[in-house]
Amino acid sequence: MDFFVQQIAAGLTSGAIYACVALGLVMIYVSTDHINFAQGEMAMFATYLAWAMIDAGLPYWVAFGLTVAIAFGGGLFIQRVVLKPLENAPVLALVVCFIALLSIFNALAGMIWSYTIKQFPSPFPARDIFGNGLVSVQQLGVVAVTLIMLGALTVFFRYTTLGLAMRAAAQNATSARLMGVRVSWMLALGWGLAAAIGAIAGMLVAPIVFLDPNMMTGILVYGFAGALVGGIGNPMGAVAGGFIVGVLENLVGSYVIGNELKLTFALIVVIGVLLLKPAGIFGRVIVKRV
Amino acid sequence: MAAIVNGWAMKKGFGLVAIIFWIVLALLPMVGLITEDPSFEYYMFMGQSMLIYAIAVLGLNLLIGFNGQISLGHSAFFALGAYTAAILMTFGGWPFWATLPVAGAVCFGAGFLFGFPALKLEGHYLALATFTLAIAVPQLLKYKPIAPWTGGVGGVLLDKPEPPEWLGLSVDQYLYYLCLIVAILMFWLVFNLLRSRSGLAMMAIRDHAMAAGTMGVDTALYKTVTFGISAGITGVAGGLSAITIAYVAPDSFTLQLAISFLVGLVVGGLASLPGCLIGGAFIVLVQNSAQSISDWMKTTFALRYDVPAWAIYGVLLLLLMYVMPTGVMGGITALRQKISGRRTTRVNAPSSTVVRPGKTAGETTPAA
Amino acid sequence: MRMNRRTALLGAATMGLAGGARRVRAASKYSPGVTDTEIKIGQTMPYSGNASAYGVAGRTQAAFFRMINDQGGINGRKINFISLDDGYSPPKTVELTRQLVERDQVLLMFYSLGTQTNTAIHKYMNQKKVPQLFVATGASKWGNPKAFPWTMGWSPDYHTEGAIHARAILSALPDAKIGILRQNDDMGNDYLDGIKEGLGPDGWKRVVADVTYEVTDPTVDSQILQIRNAGATAFLNVTTPKFAAQAIKKAAEIGWKPKHHLMSVSASVGAVLRPAGFENAQGIVTAQYVKDVSDPGWADAPDYKTWKSFMDTWNPTINPFEGSSVTGYASAITLVHVLKQCGDELTRENVMKQAASMHQLEIPMLLPGIKLNTSPTDFYPIQSVRLARFETDHWVLFGELQSRDVA
Repeated sequence: MDFFVQQIAAGLTSGAIYACVALGLVMIYVSTDHINFAQGEMAMFATYLAWAMIDAGLPYWVAFGLTVAIAFGGGLFIQRVVLKPLENAPVLALVVCFIALLSIFNALAGMIWSYTIKQFPSPFPARDIFGNGLVSVQQLGVVAVTLIMLGALTVFFRYTTLGLAMRAAAQNATSARLMGVRVSWMLALGWGLAAAIGAIAGMLVAPIVFLDPNMMTGILVYGFAGALVGGIGNPMGAVAGGFIVGVLENLVGSYVIGNELKLTFALIVVIGVLLLKPAGIFGRVIVKRV
Repeated sequence: MAAIVNGWAMKKGFGLVAIIFWIVLALLPMVGLITEDPSFEYYMFMGQSMLIYAIAVLGLNLLIGFNGQISLGHSAFFALGAYTAAILMTFGGWPFWATLPVAGAVCFGAGFLFGFPALKLEGHYLALATFTLAIAVPQLLKYKPIAPWTGGVGGVLLDKPEPPEWLGLSVDQYLYYLCLIVAILMFWLVFNLLRSRSGLAMMAIRDHAMAAGTMGVDTALYKTVTFGISAGITGVAGGLSAITIAYVAPDSFTLQLAISFLVGLVVGGLASLPGCLIGGAFIVLVQNSAQSISDWMKTTFALRYDVPAWAIYGVLLLLLMYVMPTGVMGGITALRQKISGRRTTRVNAPSSTVVRPGKTAGETTPAA
Repeated sequence: MRMNRRTALLGAATMGLAGGARRVRAASKYSPGVTDTEIKIGQTMPYSGNASAYGVAGRTQAAFFRMINDQGGINGRKINFISLDDGYSPPKTVELTRQLVERDQVLLMFYSLGTQTNTAIHKYMNQKKVPQLFVATGASKWGNPKAFPWTMGWSPDYHTEGAIHARAILSALPDAKIGILRQNDDMGNDYLDGIKEGLGPDGWKRVVADVTYEVTDPTVDSQILQIRNAGATAFLNVTTPKFAAQAIKKAAEIGWKPKHHLMSVSASVGAVLRPAGFENAQGIVTAQYVKDVSDPGWADAPDYKTWKSFMDTWNPTINPFEGSSVTGYASAITLVHVLKQCGDELTRENVMKQAASMHQLEIPMLLPGIKLNTSPTDFYPIQSVRLARFETDHWVLFGELQSRDVA
């Protein structure tokens, strides 16, 4: 029983990591209709920036705040400068763009900071909650911050004018424009927010998995799975999906099929959920208008 | 009517160029007999690789460019084809040429089966599902219980086939001709498929699935069959790579490979058959040149760091997307139109208002 | 000794004949890739992708050869070192190796990295009769001169190290319950084979958990829990640096203190143990054959100082704590030695012959007592390691030299 509980706890920790990443993915999807394959690498790069700042002597929270701001600006910049000219290109050209960004960020991080793993400090003390090694403050902290971000985003989208404007711009750009929404800036804002969320996710994750340029590659897959499972158009769904995927991954790996088929399991989950409930568990089904 | 005639004329024009092109390719190995260049065998090998990737991109193009679906996971079918060929040769003692149809058939089956869940997934969902497939495959290939056949982590080493004496060819020339013949077959197959009613149905689905359905096209059947054929073609390419590289291992078939196919496709040009050949050449050549550029930059600018080749590769890709978003063939077509002053649309090209996958019909996203 | 004198005489004679750069020197024999002024050497390394951390070795070697060239080269010939990125993908390795051998006409391939990648070109190199020298992988299959006379490894193989660890555990803790965490790839498999051999059939029964992970896994927390839950009292940590650090940290977090054996690939103080936390790493045992440069204990050794000044002058952009830089350096020195021994007979055959004639050769940065030995029937240059235990903040060597002899 103890083992089972521990695996769930470990699953919730990984799940929190996936949920964080999934949030960023959802952000971009909701505001721009794109799947940003470079999300992981952008988050990793931002985390390295934070590390460099801390290494240079800045206090943790200053570095944290600065990184989030830089990431936000960077996301905005990428959307305005790199992606906007390609608005009329075929969708696949955009996918190629994301992959190009992915390669660039990954390679640059490796060049500047090398591939040796680095320690990233955590704002949470390295203590136990229950004293039996089950849950650490670090793990709870990650969960808490994820939920806070989720809450903030939900409030933003549902109750603020700006959030409403962003959703409008994504769902029906023409009508939104007629209502006075500056659609292109909404897209840029979406990217900025997504990049900022990614940076936070990276900084939460790095103390656990250690910082290295390939840190996010594996996490991204499970993050995608989580977002799909929960409903990619829905922040709450994505977060829930992330947790579900984390826990399931650990339980199935420990009890059912062993660790050697975890990715195949993720694949089956993805396809299974999409077949049975394509909008995800919490998403809303969009019926096609003819 | 005029559009159809124009299209036919253009196709005929392309047809002539295509025939000349293939003849030139067939004559290339003869150059080796004249030059005595010691690295000629290596160029034959490069030719094999380019043809193999061109076939793989052709498969992907059928699915994405001509049928409007998407796949980031074609490395899985490539791997399946490669391992099928390897296992048949090693455990069944099959001759190499006989493994290719089987590899194609097995991958057709796998693609067809995958096409069913793919029916329910549009655009980005399908991209994600295939993305996950690509990542799951290497781990699956290492799975212990099937390791007696797949060789597990270590993979399967093969022997390169020996050409028969009377041909007087070297191994590499022999394999080059093999790749060339298979490539011609595959391209001919797809070319005819696209000109048939089935091909028109496929493209109709791409352009406007709803309308195609109301016109009586069995979209579900066509989409799954297209997925199957697409996977089968890429699987044949995989089988060829097993023969020419003489080694299959899990690390050969990572997500990186699937991404390479996609990049090659986009660079060559969606929905363009010649584009597949350009894409195939691109995949093989550009990664090498990215590293040369990096070295050149380091010496010329006396840089402290080695500029990583993949950063350069990424920047190259971005530039290409700005300058030629419809790929090289799209760029060439645009150039031809500018020169001739005509504005004809290619019959095979996607319609100009590209309906984004996943959006409801009639609701495109205009430029902001 | 004779070879050296002959080389020296020849060298002097050549120097005396000033301006004869274009002429082939008297009594010189060359294979492709060699001229009077140049030796071309090829290599494939993963400079991109998942395994890019190992690319450090290639960069260090490039810097080392630049330094050698600056000092006059080898017997007056400069080294033209061409190292290409294969991204750890076997088809790419095949393509690049063929390019280097057939188009660029290199003399030999040196320290190409990866088990699968080297497997892909194994037959080819031996068919073409080109040295596949000092391959950078710990797989044990490279020392097979009968079947593959052109291929030779360099570092102690994983199989040997695994067996040594297994035997050490059994002798220290005869009734241990053994748990293994390993990466699901050739390295992991090779170590496992060695562990099995070292434990023997009875010892193998003591293994209560044999758990794998993938490089794409974010953490190994779940696996550590599984091993602890199986009741393991001894732990064989067969992981790469990032996961080794995670494993050490997680074990400490859950209060699990087994007899912890860490494989040499992840035993760097600076790259693994410091991030994992020194306090969590006390008592861990590893096997080493090179000096750990992040270990303050070696700061006064003369070979360390030479290495450090080399790194500072010629290779400043590489983080010196990367273990691969030391193995890259030491292997490059080995190659230079072999090439020097060839004198003016720089044929591929002679290269292999010299490589197979190393006798008690001492190379800088190897641990004291570890020497290179090869013979026409022994293609494993380094077969010894020493055990070390982590105390406070550095490794303390203990015990005898551990070796595995191959006939």
